[in-house]
Amino acid sequence: MTSRSGRPAGGGAWGTMLAVQALLIANSLLVLLPMFFMVLSSFKTTREIFQRPFGFPARWTWQNYTGVWEAAHFGIYFRNSLAVTVAAMALLLVTGTLAAYALARFPFRGNDLIYLYFLTGIMVPIRLAIIPLFILMRDLRLLDTHWSLILVYAASGLPSAIFILAGFFRAVPRELDNAARIDGAGELGILVRVMLPLVRPALAIVTIYNIIPIWNDFFFPLVFIHQDRLKTLPLGLTVFFGEFATNWALLFAGLTLAAAPVVGLYVVMSQQFIKGLTAGAVKG
Amino acid sequence: MRPSTWAGARPSPGPRRLSYRLSRALWVAACLAPALLLFTVVVAYPILSAMAYSLFRWDGIIRGGFAGLANFRRLFGQYPYSARMLTAFWHNVWTFVLTMVIQNGLGLLFAALLAGRTWGAGAYRAIFFMPVTLSLVIVGFLWQLFLNPVWGIVNKGLALIGLARLTLPWLGDAHTALVSIVLVNAWRWVGFPTIVFLAGMQAVPDEYLEAARLDGAGSGAIFRRVLLPLIAPQVNIIVILTFIGAFNWFELPYVMQGVTGEPNHATDVLGLLFYRSAFGAVDTGNPDVGLGSAIAVVMFALVLAFSSIGAVYLRRREIEA
Repeated sequence: MTSRSGRPAGGGAWGTMLAVQALLIANSLLVLLPMFFMVLSSFKTTREIFQRPFGFPARWTWQNYTGVWEAAHFGIYFRNSLAVTVAAMALLLVTGTLAAYALARFPFRGNDLIYLYFLTGIMVPIRLAIIPLFILMRDLRLLDTHWSLILVYAASGLPSAIFILAGFFRAVPRELDNAARIDGAGELGILVRVMLPLVRPALAIVTIYNIIPIWNDFFFPLVFIHQDRLKTLPLGLTVFFGEFATNWALLFAGLTLAAAPVVGLYVVMSQQFIKGLTAGAVKG
Repeated sequence: MRPSTWAGARPSPGPRRLSYRLSRALWVAACLAPALLLFTVVVAYPILSAMAYSLFRWDGIIRGGFAGLANFRRLFGQYPYSARMLTAFWHNVWTFVLTMVIQNGLGLLFAALLAGRTWGAGAYRAIFFMPVTLSLVIVGFLWQLFLNPVWGIVNKGLALIGLARLTLPWLGDAHTALVSIVLVNAWRWVGFPTIVFLAGMQAVPDEYLEAARLDGAGSGAIFRRVLLPLIAPQVNIIVILTFIGAFNWFELPYVMQGVTGEPNHATDVLGLLFYRSAFGAVDTGNPDVGLGSAIAVVMFALVLAFSSIGAVYLRRREIEA
């Protein structure tokens, strides 16, 4: 056994292995048990949650879920989150791909400068600009619309998207698009039919890197959105918690419902999630 | 990035070439224009304005005259702003330190445990990383219920295993509130440093570890003298990201402890102070855009200074390596 962690091989290997497994299992429980109790509690009554917090429900009931769905506009919040996330991702992918392609494959004066201009945005925490953004959205009459969120998410995703995509575009061999050009293909056709299929992995990374933070974002809706019917899921959840503070059964059902889509997707494609979300910090 | 490998390698001038160059220039401009417009209007311009705003007087969100450094003087020298600022600042520092030790320390440990041919490593990796995908609003509310002093499962569980002495009002007591939400934050994030460190360790060639072992180094020595220096770039990135995260901390304190950082400002951080100044003032209830902008400038400077130092250090290490 080659042990990269520098643990001794051979000798007391069994003891070490057991200790390692014990630690790993302990932390797995620490992660999974809270989720388990969240789901379990969502099938109980509030009285049961208080009296037998670790026990199974006497009668499994979907009542909390129907209650949440009816009482708390969850359907609307969910639709809003979906609409904002999809629109922001579409805008980010289209503008980011076009810009990265132009910067990576066409020489012109100022190319490096524009690339650097985009890249300066990579470390800047955009939420520190919330006051000017608030005033900007007010002036554009976009306050209290989904467009305020879509524009901010797409724009603040551009630096990392251009960085990742430009790297992939540069790696595509010159001969491919030149051959298409000699065959008389238009520039847009070359980009869509020749280049895009080759940078699909980069598009996937950019998507996951942005889609989870956008879906989960709470700060910008908190500032921009006031009408209840326009609120996204994280913001709607705060409304819901304020309204039903003492009805724990309902609260747990709401939390479970809110967590379900992302956790469900994660279970299906955890490798892509891990790769995409650590893209900024892990090379390759 | 050699120019000769780029598109249409320098065509000779001529009438047909000229129209080709023109159409290519138009194409490039059309590709760049949407992103440039979006980035300039929604990122670059607001960031620069945020700096400028701190130098003006404000009445609500209507800009008044030039104020020089008056907002900064208020922030650093006038009660209650200076006191709030200092309290919040130290809470951010404390959050950074605790997160470094607890969350990133555990991340390093888990990465070391998962490296090599540990049984079930893939499954553990996926489990540890799962909370990273959860919304902080969900995480905050979930743990708020769990940490409830009377009905929460944390205290009920402690009582169950005979630790009734430890059943504290975690979020309500000024001594434990900040540490509690730092721990909740670590619960959500620990998978992230784990994966980053793990990727670094897996890139270390087996021969290095083998050679050290043949030289008679113990496992502790191998970890400290061989593995740790080789994953220095990953450590560096995690330190920078942790710093940025700690000094922009907002969601968890807001969701769990309210906009003033209950109890009695025990969990107040710069992010909350900034939000209160910008949208509903520190103590009076009115927005104070000048003060808020000054806080934003301070936060921005802190993050920029720290990440620049980190980036320079990182580059030097990479050159040495």
